[in-house]
Amino acid sequence: MASPRHRIAQRFDELQAADRAGLITFISAGDPDYDTSLDILRGLPAAGADIIELGMPFSDPMADGPSIQQASRRALNAGQDMHKTLAMVRAFREQDSETPLVLMGYYNPIHRMGVARFLELASDAGVDGLIVVDLPPEHDEELRHPAQAHGLHVIRLATPTTDERRLPRILQDAPGFLYYVSSTGVTGATDAMPEQVEAQWRRIRRQIDLPIGVGFGIRTPDQARRIAGFADAVVVGSALTDCLQHAECAVEGKHAVLERVRALADAIAEAR
Amino acid sequence: MGFPAQRLESVPDANGCFGHFGGRFVAETLMPLTLDLEAQYAAVKDSASFRAELAALQRDFVGRRSPLYFAARLTDRLKGATIYLKREDLMHTGAHKINNCLGQMLLARHMGKQRIIAETGAGMHGVATATVAARFGMDCTIYMGSADIDRQHPNVERMQLLGAEVVPVSHGTGTLKDAMNEAMRDWATNVASTFYIIGTVAGPHPYPTLVRDFQSIIGQEVREQVLDREGRLPDSLLACIGGGSNAMGLFHPFLQDPDVRLIGVEAAGHGMATGRHAASLQGGVPGVLHGNRTYLLQSEDGQIVDAHSVSAGLDYPGIGPEHAWLHETGRGDYVAITDDEAIDAFRTLCHLEGIIPALESSHAIAHAIKLAPTLPSSHIMVINLSGRGDKDMTTVTRYLADTSTNRGAA
Repeated sequence: MASPRHRIAQRFDELQAADRAGLITFISAGDPDYDTSLDILRGLPAAGADIIELGMPFSDPMADGPSIQQASRRALNAGQDMHKTLAMVRAFREQDSETPLVLMGYYNPIHRMGVARFLELASDAGVDGLIVVDLPPEHDEELRHPAQAHGLHVIRLATPTTDERRLPRILQDAPGFLYYVSSTGVTGATDAMPEQVEAQWRRIRRQIDLPIGVGFGIRTPDQARRIAGFADAVVVGSALTDCLQHAECAVEGKHAVLERVRALADAIAEAR
Repeated sequence: MGFPAQRLESVPDANGCFGHFGGRFVAETLMPLTLDLEAQYAAVKDSASFRAELAALQRDFVGRRSPLYFAARLTDRLKGATIYLKREDLMHTGAHKINNCLGQMLLARHMGKQRIIAETGAGMHGVATATVAARFGMDCTIYMGSADIDRQHPNVERMQLLGAEVVPVSHGTGTLKDAMNEAMRDWATNVASTFYIIGTVAGPHPYPTLVRDFQSIIGQEVREQVLDREGRLPDSLLACIGGGSNAMGLFHPFLQDPDVRLIGVEAAGHGMATGRHAASLQGGVPGVLHGNRTYLLQSEDGQIVDAHSVSAGLDYPGIGPEHAWLHETGRGDYVAITDDEAIDAFRTLCHLEGIIPALESSHAIAHAIKLAPTLPSSHIMVINLSGRGDKDMTTVTRYLADTSTNRGAA
């Protein structure tokens, strides 16, 4: 039997066939605690998440705004670590073998565990891709090549500061999908401007066939609908971690996250 | 581990790496900025007008060159090596930090930036940055950990008086690393208008190189001064290390002189065995933080852990990548000094030489106090007195009161 299609490619094929944008949801693993976080993770596909980004909490999240910083902090304070994050993926895969799952975070915890050991465990757990915020193309070979051997995509990012000279370097060898960071600054900080984002998205679209997900500053169903009019996928993170921050208790937080995901998914479904 | 093939003259490489340390491990938003900074720096650094303007400011604004002072009574007391102090404490703003700030400020102006940001720990880099920002009429925002704001309050007032906005950072541990995280977030947000003046030989390439270059004036002067006085090069150079900018500035002009021993002194805090220290080389493992690969204090899980030192300026869980490389190649020797030893050295220098050293620099003096008696008087030792200790009076007074209380209780 031929090897199965990569889950990420498979999912984008399905989205294209249905002519709709995908919803990529970010939560921080272990936020606010392991059990609640696993419950949320398991509930995401049914609530409308097409692809899951699971954050690996880090003590020094330099590219994140207050919401995801606090999510990382809550998770670490509750005892989350890399092994628990991988265990959470394994538990998720027991019930869901179709939804692509991408781990997102910073390089140091991977570096500490050792790239080879990390990839072995991540691949075994059922991870499909990695987004490592502080590992630009200039340095990503040490992770990207061995990851490929395990069938894991190291997702590339482009930003508003990525100029024409630099873009080809990012697009070259980019696997899975491209993550377009729609504003400068940190996660959750400023509202995305759909018109400007669309112009940027078209600029990149002309140069690459890979699906392009758009994230940073997309909070409301209305914003998601507008981005989903053109983008291949919409990434929402801080708006979900906010739900956990503002909740009175973990159970309420879980319901709030899943409800927000349903609202975003409904809005995206109406976009085209 | 073997001696890396990379030769001294060819470091850092095109990706900003010293051996496997350094690099530019930053988010894509910042990547084009670091590339632009590197290109702009390469374009101006050797131009005659840039060098002439920097030299004039170093002379008339900073007060260079700084004296090389023969510490006669300290030498007599220790009955060993001949000890000189490089008097960076006498420079404008009271520490070596201004050397780097002036250089980066000229670069910022060349790049057409209107706003300066910086991180600070002890506040010395913040004060130096606020000073040059005032001198050049730039807006200035300084990020400082809330714990450091408490223990270095006079420096907060100095920065404010100089017109800078001091933003407290309470995330994480409220110390230097958190201030640096916040400065990087600001930089990623205000990419067009803002120049980030990093205060030490860390951060993404080209910072470790350009900070080193601007601080190398310390070692260049020492070289001339020692040759002038002694007719030969020194035998050993000692400097304290947090991120490592004063040490790198002293060491760098001597890297090609294998007979000159380079000794970096980290902060052992409560003692290496307690785990409560700031000695990244002695007690850390390689990792990636703040844009570079280097030795870091971190947990098994790769989370950065708190550094501990009585001196706020050494209280950083990482170290400049070039030091990590000198450590691995064996070119540099790195040791650690505890809080107690640093405080004793602080008092010794006050009493014997009439000089109040910064607590940071006191770590280098403390190691000299251990090392000098084992050496002959023909051995020439230069200690970088990187800053003055006025800022540390409260800390030292409190420390001594606590220590005597504890001793009384025991």
